[in-house]
Amino acid sequence: MKIACTVNGRARTVDGAWEGESLLSVLRDRMQLPGSKNACEQGECGSCSVYMDGVLVCACLVLGGQANDRTIVTIEGLATGTALHAVQQAFVEAGAVQCGFCTPGLVVATHDLLARFPEPSVMQIREALAGNICRCTGYAKIIDAVQLAARRIAVDEHSAR
Amino acid sequence: MEFLQPSTWTEALQMKSAHPEAMPIAGGTDVMVEINLDRHRPASILDLTRVTELNQWGADGEFLRIGAGVTYTRIIGELGDRLPGLAMASRTVGSPQIRNRGTVGGNLGSASPAGDAHPPLLATDAVVELASVGGTRRLPVREFFTGPKRNAMKQDELIAAFLVSPAKGPQQFSKVGTRNAMVIAVCSFALTLDPVRKHIGTGIGSAAPTPVIADEAERFLEGVLDEGGLWEKPASVDASALARFGELVAAAAKPIDDVRGTAAYRRHALAVMARRSFGWAWDEYRTKASE
Amino acid sequence: MTEHPRLAPRTPVTGRVGDSVQRPDAVLKVKGDFPYSSDLQVEGMLWGATVRSPHPYARIGSIDASEALASPGVRAVLTHEDVPGRKVYGLEIPDQPVLAFDVARYWGEAVALVAADSPEEARRAAHKVQVDYQVLVPLTDPELALTPDAPSLHEGGNVTRQVRIRHGDQNARAEVVVTGEYEIGMQDQAPLGPESGLAIPDGQGGVDLYIATQWLHIDRDQLAECLALSREKVRLTLAGVGGAFGAREDLSMQAHACMLALRTGRPVKIAYSRPESFVGHVHRHPGRLRYEHGATRDGKLVYVKARILLDGGAYASSSTAVIANACCFAVGPYECPNATIDGWVVYTNNPPCGAMRGFGSVQNCYAHEAQMDKLAAALSMDPVELRIRNAMKTGSSMVTGQVVEGPVPVADLLRRVRDVALPPATTSDPVDLTEMPGGVSNTTHGEGVKRGVGYAVGFKNIGYSEGFNDYSTARVRLSVVGGRPRVEVHTASAEVGQGLVTVQAQIAGTELGVSDVVVLDADTAVGSAGSSSASRQTYVTGGAVKAACEAVRERVLSLAQSEMGGLSADAGDGRRLENDAIVSADGAVVVHLATLLGEEVIEETREFHPRRTAPLDPETGQADAHLQYAFAAHRAVVDVDTELGLVKVVELATAQDVGKAINPQAVEGQLEGGAAQGLGLALMEEIQVKDGVIRNASFTDYLLPTILDMPPLRMQILELGDPHSPYGLKGVGEPPTISSGPAIVAAIRAATGRPLSRAPVRPHDIVDTSPLPS
Repeated sequence: MKIACTVNGRARTVDGAWEGESLLSVLRDRMQLPGSKNACEQGECGSCSVYMDGVLVCACLVLGGQANDRTIVTIEGLATGTALHAVQQAFVEAGAVQCGFCTPGLVVATHDLLARFPEPSVMQIREALAGNICRCTGYAKIIDAVQLAARRIAVDEHSAR
Repeated sequence: MEFLQPSTWTEALQMKSAHPEAMPIAGGTDVMVEINLDRHRPASILDLTRVTELNQWGADGEFLRIGAGVTYTRIIGELGDRLPGLAMASRTVGSPQIRNRGTVGGNLGSASPAGDAHPPLLATDAVVELASVGGTRRLPVREFFTGPKRNAMKQDELIAAFLVSPAKGPQQFSKVGTRNAMVIAVCSFALTLDPVRKHIGTGIGSAAPTPVIADEAERFLEGVLDEGGLWEKPASVDASALARFGELVAAAAKPIDDVRGTAAYRRHALAVMARRSFGWAWDEYRTKASE
Repeated sequence: MTEHPRLAPRTPVTGRVGDSVQRPDAVLKVKGDFPYSSDLQVEGMLWGATVRSPHPYARIGSIDASEALASPGVRAVLTHEDVPGRKVYGLEIPDQPVLAFDVARYWGEAVALVAADSPEEARRAAHKVQVDYQVLVPLTDPELALTPDAPSLHEGGNVTRQVRIRHGDQNARAEVVVTGEYEIGMQDQAPLGPESGLAIPDGQGGVDLYIATQWLHIDRDQLAECLALSREKVRLTLAGVGGAFGAREDLSMQAHACMLALRTGRPVKIAYSRPESFVGHVHRHPGRLRYEHGATRDGKLVYVKARILLDGGAYASSSTAVIANACCFAVGPYECPNATIDGWVVYTNNPPCGAMRGFGSVQNCYAHEAQMDKLAAALSMDPVELRIRNAMKTGSSMVTGQVVEGPVPVADLLRRVRDVALPPATTSDPVDLTEMPGGVSNTTHGEGVKRGVGYAVGFKNIGYSEGFNDYSTARVRLSVVGGRPRVEVHTASAEVGQGLVTVQAQIAGTELGVSDVVVLDADTAVGSAGSSSASRQTYVTGGAVKAACEAVRERVLSLAQSEMGGLSADAGDGRRLENDAIVSADGAVVVHLATLLGEEVIEETREFHPRRTAPLDPETGQADAHLQYAFAAHRAVVDVDTELGLVKVVELATAQDVGKAINPQAVEGQLEGGAAQGLGLALMEEIQVKDGVIRNASFTDYLLPTILDMPPLRMQILELGDPHSPYGLKGVGEPPTISSGPAIVAAIRAATGRPLSRAPVRPHDIVDTSPLPS
C-alpha cells in the first residue's frame, strides 16, 4: 500500500508497504530513518517514541496507514542543522547516554515533557518518563539531563524575551 | 491484509457490514502488538482514527456520552472531575505514549479481563453503545463481557460510545502491579459511592474470566450504611463491616494462578483494596458532608 | 564491489585519565544517527527468519521445506544439513547445534532458516516449514537432572561441571549454627537492542559480518569452524551495540546470517523481535542454594557449608565458569577458616543459561548475605557489625586458598554505607502516590506501610580466571593530520555501552599527550581484545592501549634523539609527551610532535597479558584462580506495603572501590545502572518457565525497572589503587549488580519479618495468603 505523510517537515511517500506494517517499520525500513528504535514492538519500552500530529506516541503501535496525511516528527527532526536541541545537548553532557538504544525515545519523550511542564519536579519527570525503559543507566543521569535541559531552556527563553 | 480507512461513522459501519471479519483499530495498543509479534494476521483491518464522531463527548440526558475513540489522556484531562474513578484508572494505563493513543472503546473491544477501564465502568453502571448499519443498541457494561477477551458484540457491530453518569459521590480505583508504573493489573478494584441512589458500585479486574462486579458485597455495604443511617449522618463504619466487605469482594472473584500472580494472592489483595478504597471514599464523603 | 553499510563516523576525543570525558558516540546517539546492528541496510539485502522448536524436548524427524520455498519472496530455506562445517558451537564446550539435528533440547531452539525479500515474507515462510517432531518428556527439574535415573541430555551425562572446595578443617564445629535454603529465579539481561546483524558475502567464498557482540574474535573462530572457512575468510566488524550484559557472549544469529548470505550470494540481515530475543540468548542461571554457617558466640565465622545447584539449561554456554564463580565467592567477602562448598551446574530442557553481569556471584550473594543476617539475629548482633567483624582485609585468604593482595576495603565500604544519613520518612499527608508502594496505581495512602533497612556486601573476580590465557591487543598509530598530531587507537574490543571508547582514548591521550585521539571501529583486522565481560576491558584492553602507546612514545623519543640529539635514550631526563609536544621536565616545549613527525607515521601493536591464574584443583578447589577482586556494598531503604506485599525502594546507598576512576562520570553510570539491574532481580525480573516453556517472553510480563522504580543512589567511589593493574584501576561494571539486590531483600525482611528466601520477592511471598481457618 501507499503511505504519504509529512516527516520532519518533508512530504514523504512510500509505495509497496505491507498493510500490517507499523509506522516504526515504515520509518526505519522504508524512509531511512532508523533513529526510532525497535526494542519491544509492543509499546512497553518507549524506544520508538515519535510525535504524530504533535502527540507523543509509540511508532510501533501506529499502523502505517494510520499515519497517512499525518505530521510525524522523529528523533532525526529535533536538531536544527548541526546544532543539538537543548534536550539532546543535556543528555550528552549529563552522561545520560550509555548504549544509547533508549536514548532517541527518551529524548523525544523529554522534549514532550518539557513542552508540557517547563519546570518539572523529579516526580513529574519520573511519571512522564515511566514508559521509557533504560537498561544501562539506572535513570539517575537521565533525571539530571532533564533538569539540565529544563534550566537551559528556561534561560534561553528568558533571554529571548 | 486489506486496509480500510473510513472517514465517517456511516462509512465505518458500512465497511464493517461488508467486512464483518475486519479487525477494528484505534490506538493500536492491543491490535498492533498482535501484528508486530506475529500472533495474528487479520484478513482486513478497519482504522477508526479518521472517524471524528468517535472522538467527541458530551451530555446525553443525565449521562455523559463519550465517543469510543476518546483517549485516556483526554479522559484524565477533560473528564477527570466528572469521572474521577475512570480518570484514576486511566492514569494507571501504560505510559504517556500509551494513554495518548489508547481508548476506552479499544479496551472494551479487546475485553481483556485485565483492561483498566473495565472496573470503573462496571462500578458506575456504564452503558456501551453498539452500532451497525442495522441500528444502534445500548447494553449495560455489566452484560457486555461474555468471556476472556470475548464480548457481546455482533460481527457487524462497532463500539460507538459508552455512557456513564457523572460522579455523584466519591470514586476510587486501585490496582496491584509488581512495579510502580507501566504494569498490567495483577488485580484491580473500582468503587463508586452514589449518595443519591444510596448505592455502592464495584468492579473487579484481572481476577476472573471477565471483569466482574461484587454484587453481594455491594448489597452488604448498602445494608450497613442504610441500617446505621450513615448516608445521612456519616459516622465511621465499623471495622468488622469493612473486613466483611473486603471478604465479599474477594469472594466475588474467580482468579487463577498465572504469570502475574497467584489466585490466593489476588483474593487477598482484592479484600485489602476493597477495604482501603471504601475507607478513602467514605472519608471523602464524610469530609464533604461536614463542610 | 559489494556495498557495505554505513558505520558511525569517527569522532576525536580529548581527555586524560581521570577526566569525565564525553562519549564520542553520544552526539550521534542523541540524534538517532548512531548505526546499531539492527539499523544496517544495504541495497539488495534479504531478511532472515528463524524456525524454532515449539517443544522443549523433541526428536526431530524429517524437515519439509518445500512449501516454504514456494512461498512468495523466499530465496533460501536451510536446515542442519546445510551447515557447512562443524554443526555445533559453544564457548566452553561445543555442544549447541547451529541448527537443531536429531533432537531439539529447549523451547525456541533454532531448527531452520529462511531468507526472503522482506521481513514479512520471511516470517510467513518460516511458518510453512514443516518439521516432524516426536515430542519427548522434558527434563526440567535440575535436582532430578542430578539423579542417576534421569535421562541423559548430552553424552557424558547431565552434570556440566561439579566444583568442590575443601578449605580448612572439614569437621569444624561451632557454637552457633544457622541454616537456610535459597532460590534465585532466572534473570534476563534484556539489553534494549535485540540480537541483529548483517552478513555480506564477498563473492569469493568469504563473508563480512556486521554484528553486535561482546567478543568479535571468539565469534569469528566459532563461525569459521561452523562455516568451514579459514579465519581470514570470516571478517567481523562491530556494529552499534544496544547493551549486552552477558547476552551477547554466545552466538545467536551470527552463523545463521552468514549461512544464508553465503547460500544466496546476497547480503542478509537478521533482527530478532523481543520475544525471539528471549529464546535467542542465554540467561542468568536460576539457582538453589543450601547453606550452613557456624560461628562463635562472639560472631566469628567458624565454617560455611554450601551446596549450590545451578540450572544450566539445554547447553553449556559459559556454565562451567559460572559455577566456579558461584563456589569461589560462595562465602562472601569474609574470612572463613573452614569451608565445604559443593557446586553443580546441570543440563536440563530449560532455556540455556550462561553469562550475565555478576556471573555466578549474584545468586550466592543473596544466600550468604541472608545467612549473615540470620547469624546476626541468632547472635543478637548488629548485622553490619557482624559483617565488619568477619570482613576480609588485605592478606586475607579466600576459601580457595588464594591470598588477596592490594586494598580489600570490605569493612570500610560497610561503614561508609551505614554512616550515610537515612532518608526521612515518606509523609502521607498529603499523599503523593508516586512515593508510595504501588505508585499511581493507588493501592495505599500509607496504610500498612513499614520501612525497612538492609545491607549487603559482595565481590567477584575481574578478568578471566582459572588459567585462561587472557589478553588484549592494541594497535596505536601516531601521525600528523591537518598540521596536528593525531592518535588512532585500533582494538577489537566491543563498546557495548559501558564507555570503552572513551577509556581507550583517554589512556592514549594521557600516554602520548595528544589532544586528538580517534578510536577506530572494532573489527577482526586487529588481534583479539578478549570479551567485554568480567569487567575486564578497562584493565586488559586499557593495558594493551597503554602498552602500545608506551612503545609509540619510545619511538617518538628516539626519533627526537636521532633527529635532534640531546635526549637521553631512556628519556630519563624527565622529557615527556604533553600538549602535542615533547616537553622537558619543567614543561617547556622541546619540539612539537607535528614538527618532529612531519610525514612520518609511528605505529605499534602490543598485546597485554595480565598475570596468569591457575585452575581450581578438582578435588579441593584450591588455587590462585583469579586475577583481581572487586568489592561493593549497598544499603537499601524500602517502604513495604505489608498488607499487599508491594515495595517501594526509597533509596540505595553504595560504596565501591574502583581502584582508579578512569572516567568518573562513566564509573557513576556503571554503579547506577548496575544497581538498577540488581533491583530488578530482587523485585520483579524473572523468566518464568513452566515445563520448559517460557511464559513471559515479552516486555509486557518480563518487567524491567522503570524510572519510577529506581530510587536515588547515594554513591561513594573509592580510588584505593591496585598495585598490579594499569593506573591502579579495578573493574567496575559488575559489583554494583551483586549486592544491590540482596540489600533490598534484606530491607524487605527487616520491614516485614518474613524469611524471604527467594528472589525475586513476589507480593505473595511478602503477604500471607493462606486461607484463614474457618
